[in-house]
Amino acid sequence: MTADRQLLEMQGIDKSFPGVKALDKVDLTVYAGEVVALIGENGAGKSTLMNILGGVLQQDSGTIKIEGQPVVIKNVSDAIKLGIGFIHQELNILDNLSIAGNIFLGREPTRLGPLRIINRKRMWAETEPYLKQLGLNLPPKTILSQMSIAQQQMVEVAKALSLNARLLIMDEPTSSLTLTETKKLFDVIRQLRSSGVSIIYISHRLSEVKECADRVVGLRDGANVGSLERDKITHDNMVRLMIGRKLEDFFVSPKAQAKDDYFRVSDLATQRYPHHKITFEASRGEILGFAGLVGAGRTEMAHAIFGVDTTTGGSVSIAGEKLRIRCAGDAIENGIYLIPEDRRKSGLITDMTFRENITLPDLNSYTILGLIQRSRETGVAEKQCEKLKMKLTSVETLVKNLSGGNQQKVVLAKWLALKPKVVIFDEPTRGIDVGSKAEIYHLMRNLADSGVVIVMISSDMEEILGVSDRIAVMHEGQITGILTRDKFEEEAVIRLAVGQTNWAGNKDN
Amino acid sequence: MKKELGIFAMLVVLCIVVTILNPLFLSGMNLQNTARLVGMFGIFSIGVGIVIITGGIDLSVGSLFALFGVLLSFMLMRWGWPWPLAIAAILLIAIAVGVFHGFLVTKIHLQSFIVTLCGLLFYRGLARYIAEDQTLGFGYCTGFETLQKLTTGQVLGVPMPFVLLIIISFIMWVVLHRSVYGRYLFAVGRNEEAARFSGINTSLVIASSYVVSALMAGFGAILLAFYTNSISPSSHGSFYELYAIAAAVLGGCSLRGGEGSIIGIVIGAALLQVLQNLVNLLGIPSSLNFAVMGTVILIGVITDQILGRRKAKS
Repeated sequence: MTADRQLLEMQGIDKSFPGVKALDKVDLTVYAGEVVALIGENGAGKSTLMNILGGVLQQDSGTIKIEGQPVVIKNVSDAIKLGIGFIHQELNILDNLSIAGNIFLGREPTRLGPLRIINRKRMWAETEPYLKQLGLNLPPKTILSQMSIAQQQMVEVAKALSLNARLLIMDEPTSSLTLTETKKLFDVIRQLRSSGVSIIYISHRLSEVKECADRVVGLRDGANVGSLERDKITHDNMVRLMIGRKLEDFFVSPKAQAKDDYFRVSDLATQRYPHHKITFEASRGEILGFAGLVGAGRTEMAHAIFGVDTTTGGSVSIAGEKLRIRCAGDAIENGIYLIPEDRRKSGLITDMTFRENITLPDLNSYTILGLIQRSRETGVAEKQCEKLKMKLTSVETLVKNLSGGNQQKVVLAKWLALKPKVVIFDEPTRGIDVGSKAEIYHLMRNLADSGVVIVMISSDMEEILGVSDRIAVMHEGQITGILTRDKFEEEAVIRLAVGQTNWAGNKDN
Repeated sequence: MKKELGIFAMLVVLCIVVTILNPLFLSGMNLQNTARLVGMFGIFSIGVGIVIITGGIDLSVGSLFALFGVLLSFMLMRWGWPWPLAIAAILLIAIAVGVFHGFLVTKIHLQSFIVTLCGLLFYRGLARYIAEDQTLGFGYCTGFETLQKLTTGQVLGVPMPFVLLIIISFIMWVVLHRSVYGRYLFAVGRNEEAARFSGINTSLVIASSYVVSALMAGFGAILLAFYTNSISPSSHGSFYELYAIAAAVLGGCSLRGGEGSIIGIVIGAALLQVLQNLVNLLGIPSSLNFAVMGTVILIGVITDQILGRRKAKS
């Protein structure tokens, strides 16, 4: 499928930041109409390389050629002029403007001469063809805040295309998309490729890379570590490329545990789906996975159990004892902890130190006469730091200065310093690199083995199938099926996730 | 701590400059009077600072001075209440006002700026209506001389308001920097959602900060009323909320919340009073008063920003 016309050639790119060599003579070639996946752990240099290409940063040395011509990319507008479009993980949109308004931001067609009144009709008309090309069936005047994340992302793609982009950089484009939306995005990628647009695709989800990439380029510690052609792209090969060794036990298989239904949720109804009731049991030592599309009500369920959202009915019990949970404090007192989806927003106070974050949920136990004993805080923080094998210079490090994987460990550490009975993980490895992922899976399994009930919400199919002992699939606020390990199958999960409960392969349900 | 050192240096430099330009600054009389003002302004600035640390703002304190002053005069002079009862009543009303503000902010989810702006208008209007726009006072304080001594007297030459400030700021320092509640205040100011997800009753913490602020305003109002002994409800304490906010910001509080210290706020309050004093001592036209203050605050904040940015770069 790849043409042999070279579109981009980056050669010997060097980049240093104070104290760190971020890129060391990195090469990257992209052919016209090719999808190149750039993989590597966090800190491997992917973002730095892409930021250089996109004009956000400048290389210390090395050359960039577009169609054989050496170019200098001094800023973002240079990159745009050269036909390079950058779709960031955090979308760069103004959600109070319309689709057309976003696409033409800063270059609105005007009329009435010096009055510079925006020519809205023309803007709408010129937007239309791009939307059609991308299969986005919405009027150009639709305001972005009324659209889904996937649709907003398409607007960004449309904007890049309207700027004559020949090369699109997509950084973790699927991190907040549902399964169906991801499939749709891949259709768009295929269609762009066949129209001659090249794509550099960055993702931690290897199954997605496998599905859409023509070639995989690996980076490790700021240097090239080789590439894989289409027929060599396998999960194992990619992991080896990224971390330089084979991940023997990426997922840890469970030990057989006695079913004791220790944790029970009955007829729980959330604010979002007040008429749909959730009932399930989970045993000590078990990891119960929750699969489903984004918006299936899994996070709402977790928030309701944890007491941060109000419920409209139902009960939660541990060891047969009904709990009264009206706020997070009640849940914590009963040993139910939540590791939230957005750790920076709700899991951590990033402007506080490691020590302060660790002790926050249980601060009263560190006091004498109401005064906090800082030495005891430090002691516990250091113990947790060691337990989770975190390399910190000091427990006084501000959490915002840690990597994504380490931040997730801080959230974990803060709960593990207490006495967990039930731990709910909401998207535990979103945006975390492969190495840290494996560590978090190990931690989850060890926690389960020590007799804790683990509830894991995940939209990552590989993770849900690899980590769970049982999978509960949700659709619009209801559990549509619970699969035991012998029934684990991607198709079964997807069918249940879209609400299909009776199909040929599911006779015994 | 760095921020406090910076503002402290600014205070010292300012004091030296004023002394050089007019040695009267160091006269016992002037020092006493300045200390008295620092005491009063420091106390309610601490209250406002606590609200700012949670990420809110309290604009109502200036008008509360008028309302509390009027009520205090009525209680003592017109209704002849025993002074301990009057003081207790004022402080209880202050707490009720704080609870009301806190309720509106945390349960009705109104922005603190709006809530306390309405307070600023409402309490001032109420004070003027109750007093029928008449200037009130305490005359010769017959019957409550003890209270007069407690508020305007001195201990070993140190004016009472300053003594009270030392006591209150020590208590508040322990509360803010050493207690669980203090840690919660910072946590809520930095990231309310994460604090809630850590099991903190964030509504209660935020609401309580308005109670602290109103209570400090209550203390401040009593001191101010006896200091002036003349309460004209339309101007008494007006703009004082801005002195408090300025003191907090100069002292290192961020209006985004989650940052600040008691020592910083107190030094900030002191700095503003020395500035005021400078205007008087140097014979600068008093009409320029606010302009001088605005300039100095601006210089302070700009310096802090530039130094902060240079530090972040290195």
